[in-house]
Amino acid sequence: MSRDGLADALGRIVGPKWVRFRAAELIPFRADGLPTHEATPRVAVLPGSRDEVIEIVRLLAREGVPFVARGAGTGLSGGALAESHAVLLVLTRLNHIKRIDARNRRAVVEPGVVNAKLSEAAASYGLYYAPDPSSQSACTLGGNIAENAGGPHCLKYGVTTNHVVELEIVRADGSVTRLGSPQGEAWGPDLVALFVGSEGMFGIATEITLRLEPIPLETRTLLAAFDSVRAASEAVSKIIASGIVPAALEMMDGPCVRAVEDSIYAAGYPRDAAAVLLVDLDGRPVAVAAEAVAVNRILEDHRATEIRRAATPAERARLWQGRKKAFGAMGRLTRDLIVQDAVVPRSTLPDVIDRIYEIGRRYQVMIVNVFHAGDGNLHPNLCYDRSDHALTERVFAASREIIQVCVAAGGSISGEHGIGTDKLEFMPLIFDQTTLDLMCDVRGVFDPDGRANPGKVVPVRACREWRAGGVR
Amino acid sequence: MSDKVLAKVREAFGAGAIDQDAAGRTRLAPDSTDGVAQALGLANGQDWRVRIEGRGSWMPPDAPADLVISTAGLDRIVTVAPGDLMATVQAGTAFGTVNHRLVEQGVWLAWDPPGQPQRSIGSVVATGSAGPLRHRFGPIRDHLLGCTLVTGDGRVVKPGGKVVKNVAGYDLTRLMAGGFGAFGIITELHLRLRAMPEADCTFVAIAPREVLSAAARDLVEAAIEASAMELFSPALAAAAEWVLALRLTGIEAGVIDEAQRAQALTEFVWRELSPDQASALWNGAAHAALTGSVTFRLGVLPVGIDETIDLLAEHVDAGLISAGAGSGSIRWTGDATLAQLQAIRRAAAGREIPLTLERAPWPLRQAFGHFGAYREGVGNLVGRLRDTFDPGHILQVPLDA
Repeated sequence: MSRDGLADALGRIVGPKWVRFRAAELIPFRADGLPTHEATPRVAVLPGSRDEVIEIVRLLAREGVPFVARGAGTGLSGGALAESHAVLLVLTRLNHIKRIDARNRRAVVEPGVVNAKLSEAAASYGLYYAPDPSSQSACTLGGNIAENAGGPHCLKYGVTTNHVVELEIVRADGSVTRLGSPQGEAWGPDLVALFVGSEGMFGIATEITLRLEPIPLETRTLLAAFDSVRAASEAVSKIIASGIVPAALEMMDGPCVRAVEDSIYAAGYPRDAAAVLLVDLDGRPVAVAAEAVAVNRILEDHRATEIRRAATPAERARLWQGRKKAFGAMGRLTRDLIVQDAVVPRSTLPDVIDRIYEIGRRYQVMIVNVFHAGDGNLHPNLCYDRSDHALTERVFAASREIIQVCVAAGGSISGEHGIGTDKLEFMPLIFDQTTLDLMCDVRGVFDPDGRANPGKVVPVRACREWRAGGVR
Repeated sequence: MSDKVLAKVREAFGAGAIDQDAAGRTRLAPDSTDGVAQALGLANGQDWRVRIEGRGSWMPPDAPADLVISTAGLDRIVTVAPGDLMATVQAGTAFGTVNHRLVEQGVWLAWDPPGQPQRSIGSVVATGSAGPLRHRFGPIRDHLLGCTLVTGDGRVVKPGGKVVKNVAGYDLTRLMAGGFGAFGIITELHLRLRAMPEADCTFVAIAPREVLSAAARDLVEAAIEASAMELFSPALAAAAEWVLALRLTGIEAGVIDEAQRAQALTEFVWRELSPDQASALWNGAAHAALTGSVTFRLGVLPVGIDETIDLLAEHVDAGLISAGAGSGSIRWTGDATLAQLQAIRRAAAGREIPLTLERAPWPLRQAFGHFGAYREGVGNLVGRLRDTFDPGHILQVPLDA
């Protein structure tokens, strides 16, 4: 089918104004949050209902056309990029919260609902949705499911997969299946757990049932400054080992602190610190107070140079805004930024951070660290300017070496951003060929023709490439 | 057949590696993943039916098979990394042994599965059987970071990893939780640990069921931060009436505060158990799941618990029941006929409640299936997943009826 023919057929399903196929119209859909990759879809279509999604997928199945589902396009692994042969299904119009069942703490939503909107809607019931990616004011829950998104507060409450109990999915052949149950017990092997994090390659979630949490009565935020990243890391390990589970335990290194303080998001962080920890303790006031005493003692024992408690909600919001907008603040330092995402065992944090700085020095690349210290999820930010080709090459090489260091420390190549197109080349670093082949086969169970989000994670095509040529 | 199997297995593994089960079937207990892979590869090549066994304390070892592969030889705790809250354990290791080792190092696996402490870790994962602690710590799958799995045709795969946050590749590890071994034999697990809490207190109340379940709803409504909130039937708790058990863990001041709050929210008097009494209660409840010949679980929304217990009383009996008042998981143990099981599954399905058969003699398992009928489209997916993991269909696991 020609592009015009396809656009016409899609227009008959959703109405012509929700189909984009001219070059200028497709510009907004060329990239997601990852600055290094671009691709222009053949057509972008914006369905307005579940039924339209199903009808589109069935049309594409008849025509043998690949497709990519996309939410708000905030992903950081190139997972929502569609090549020129594929149709992009933009799901942002499916933004209805269908039900909130307060007594059972469940919410039923469409995939295009923005993460933060769900917590806003649940607030009147005293509930909220816990996973909070930094992009939560824009990113969609469907995208969160695809990537198994995390966030600072996943330390205590778990990541996306821990909150999804039931899904309605449409597979690439247009068949509709319900997985899981409202309670969370599966009707059979746990296909919900398998679907979450499959990066859109098993189909599209058209209805999502999520677990909500009661809003904690009190949240206390502590800031601690340190003379070294090592001392801060050791304090993190000690807090975790104490049995206290902070709601969040985040670290920013000195360059990050100064980038935030130089920006409009200035949060009053101590500018001369080598590392700043933000610790959120939440729950009942008595428990929070007792935990705060214990955490304070640990911070003092690890030679924190300053410990500060946010005295008011406004002060708390300000401390967190600095952290949540750190990526934005770095925009002042640099034209382009690669946000790396890797995980290491907590105990290796100090050594791995030292190695990352050493890599930065060796490649003459500025690296700024802001990360989820409590679960060892690192986000080194590599600063560059894409018009400087020599620097760009050095940044790519440094980024690759950082991943290798994290893998060698016993870690993983992604904690929450996904593999997408960005990290395909690293998959053989942590999985052997037999495991990758089995993953390809599992994808084939859901989508034998490989038309849903082709070319991501462990696609059949890439498997063959790996088999043939190995990895760079 | 059995002589032929014995001869082939003896040739491949040596006579010392083999014993026989009660029915005279050849049994192998390899002590390495490679050994399991070799055994499954051989069985697949010969088209033998294979039964998977753990330590023999949970599922009756009665599935008809040409070869039995036991994980009992895989009983090493490979690493415990308290600082990383992670342990790597071979799948045949007894659950009790693992937690004993962990507690010495100030960490624990926040599980309390049904059965005895000698139950293998692999068995707990394969059946996906969480106990009362699922209230705070979630289903079994939430404790798994990665695994080593040998597929039905002897491929060794290692999905997941050793770190608490990891989204690389498809999550095949979680698929193993509750897969009943249909996808292969788990040989090693990377487990997520928790640091031991400062305080761990158990409180019980004994009263008519309606009183306790109403109180439990109030506690949930008031967001009492419990680790377990379990309703036990009189027979299970060996008490005159129903028992509501509340387990509070965390920093001591917080636990005391929550206990006072729970008391203020309820009209009956809670009794605090000594540590010995508390472990007797929780272990006793876990052990009670072995009293009858059949154990199943139901996934109920918390508000539907009372109605579902009534349903059990109507179709089977209200004998041994353990119900998560906040999580909505109900576990039933007793003796039941196929007709009774079919009736309760039908009634539950009509209410959108899945029933999973966790344990039963082979004829019941085979006729009833661990999951029974699937929702539209699911059976096809499960069948094709089984084709992928076990192309020779040699693993004797009756997922559906």
